[in-house]
Amino acid sequence: METGESVSQAVDSIEDIREKILKDVDGADVSVFENASPCAQHSLLISRASGLSVANYLKRSGWDYCSNATGVDYPDKVEVVKDKKTDVVDGEEKEIVEEHEVVHPGNLEAVYHLYAVVKREGPLVIRMKTGNRTDDIKLPSLTPVWRSCELQEREIYDLYGIDFEGHPDMRRLLMWEEFTEFPMRKDYVEPDDYEFEPTPHGEVLERAAGYGTGRS
Amino acid sequence: MPEVISTAPADALEIVEHSPARLEGDILEVSMGPQHPSTHGVFRMNVALDGETVVKLKPVFGYLHRNHEKIAEGASYLASMPYTDRLDYFCSLTNNWAYALAVEELAGLEVPERAEYIRVITAELTRLMNHTCLIGFLVQDMGATGTPLMYAFREREKILDLIEELTGARMMGNYMRFGGCRCDLPAGWIEGAKQVVADFPKFLDEYENLLSSNEILMARTQGVGVLSGELAIDAAISGPMLRASGVNYDLRKVDKYGIYDRFDFRVPLGDHGDVYDRYMLRILEMRESLKILNKALDEIPEGPITDAKAKIRGFKPKPGECYGRIEAPKGELGFYLISDGTPKPYRYRVRPPSLINLTVLEDMCLGQKIADVVIILGSVDIVLGEVDR
Repeated sequence: METGESVSQAVDSIEDIREKILKDVDGADVSVFENASPCAQHSLLISRASGLSVANYLKRSGWDYCSNATGVDYPDKVEVVKDKKTDVVDGEEKEIVEEHEVVHPGNLEAVYHLYAVVKREGPLVIRMKTGNRTDDIKLPSLTPVWRSCELQEREIYDLYGIDFEGHPDMRRLLMWEEFTEFPMRKDYVEPDDYEFEPTPHGEVLERAAGYGTGRS
Repeated sequence: MPEVISTAPADALEIVEHSPARLEGDILEVSMGPQHPSTHGVFRMNVALDGETVVKLKPVFGYLHRNHEKIAEGASYLASMPYTDRLDYFCSLTNNWAYALAVEELAGLEVPERAEYIRVITAELTRLMNHTCLIGFLVQDMGATGTPLMYAFREREKILDLIEELTGARMMGNYMRFGGCRCDLPAGWIEGAKQVVADFPKFLDEYENLLSSNEILMARTQGVGVLSGELAIDAAISGPMLRASGVNYDLRKVDKYGIYDRFDFRVPLGDHGDVYDRYMLRILEMRESLKILNKALDEIPEGPITDAKAKIRGFKPKPGECYGRIEAPKGELGFYLISDGTPKPYRYRVRPPSLINLTVLEDMCLGQKIADVVIILGSVDIVLGEVDR
């Protein structure tokens, strides 16, 4: 009935796993994303292009249990950068400070937590980033690799708007089909009147047009 | 699928003579739910039927969606604790523990020994409560209206009395805190709990006498809704459903969170992965829980119940992220948190076992009869507060 204690063997560090992936998967682009928290669950940041092949490799090497899949939103950040330079003004050397804004483009991210059932290891965290938050939002779907991503990737699409390529059934999960926005994004504006839900019926939609904020 | 046949009178004769499709019957689409009593809440399945046999099943979610995660990202860490009660409202104390565990790992907090014991005791009591009631619901779905469920509710009420005495509320406990528990056990609580635990095996024997070898129950559940171990792992099925398919993966053994390494208990496993195994596994799991409870109630030490370092006000974990999980009665309940150093979590994610266990609902129902869909869904053990969040 019970197999008792876990198999004792040396657990690979995140760097070892990265080295193995780079060695065994052609064209893999993987980097380590450090986690400063005391739990030290570091993660692997995988490029979109090599996402599916790396996931397949990980599944083959024992990470068969994809427990959790979720999205994270990083909005665009505007940073004010101060440039200091010395210039000669009226024959004197002066230090001039120039300020200009640098926009760090944001992105959306999908995070997966993997476990190995037999070896009882984990979690191995892998993450993939989209290009931006507006039009370059495609990521490869990992549902063909781990079936558990089926509903969870639908949920990410529903709440964050990441478009998973290769998902067998890419529909909204929790919100209704006619809903057009992505509520878990940081810049989502809540409707100001919950009683006034626009429904597919034309008459209600007309009344709703232009009413309040955050709705079409 | 047979093609749709026109019933225009002009070519009716031709169809009868030449089309075998008519004999196979048309596909009938049934929308089960969202108000169907067997869906345990507001859950809907669009089922396509060939006669009585299920040929397609698509679940529809979201009727109870209130975006728990968004609300939690706008509140402080502690403010989300009462809201976790409302996820799986049958098991509020294990929800509290999962969230507290994730935050503790994120912030590096220690939990005093007495608090760990209280957590184990309340979690195992919750497991007893959940499993008995689930069996009651399951048998009710088979047509045994009332009696078995009321038997289960009678036992659950005894445990709810204990929880009310401890937390002040029957169901919405809001009991755990980061680094401990909210309040200490009231006087005489341990004796009361020991009495409940001592009486429980008698009830369990009686319950099993009535059900386990009941001919109707066996006929309705054996070989129904079979789930293979490979598919269960692939779809990250967790909890009793995973173990009923023969996969030895109990987080109390795997992660050894809390103080579960101090208790001697076995992990029951199923052989067939059908509804009967899922029923039986829950009975066996309750017996193991009783072992844990007996030992924990005997050994619980005196001492503080909260970590002195844990701040209630102005709680700000350092930037970082963490995924913490426990073996909740329904499966792996996990919380994924990202801190950006502010008092509110940047990302707050609940990994709901009920939702992910429904991934394979269609696979289990295909080829079964429509009446079995109700039982298969019942054996998954869902609570819609957690599925839709």
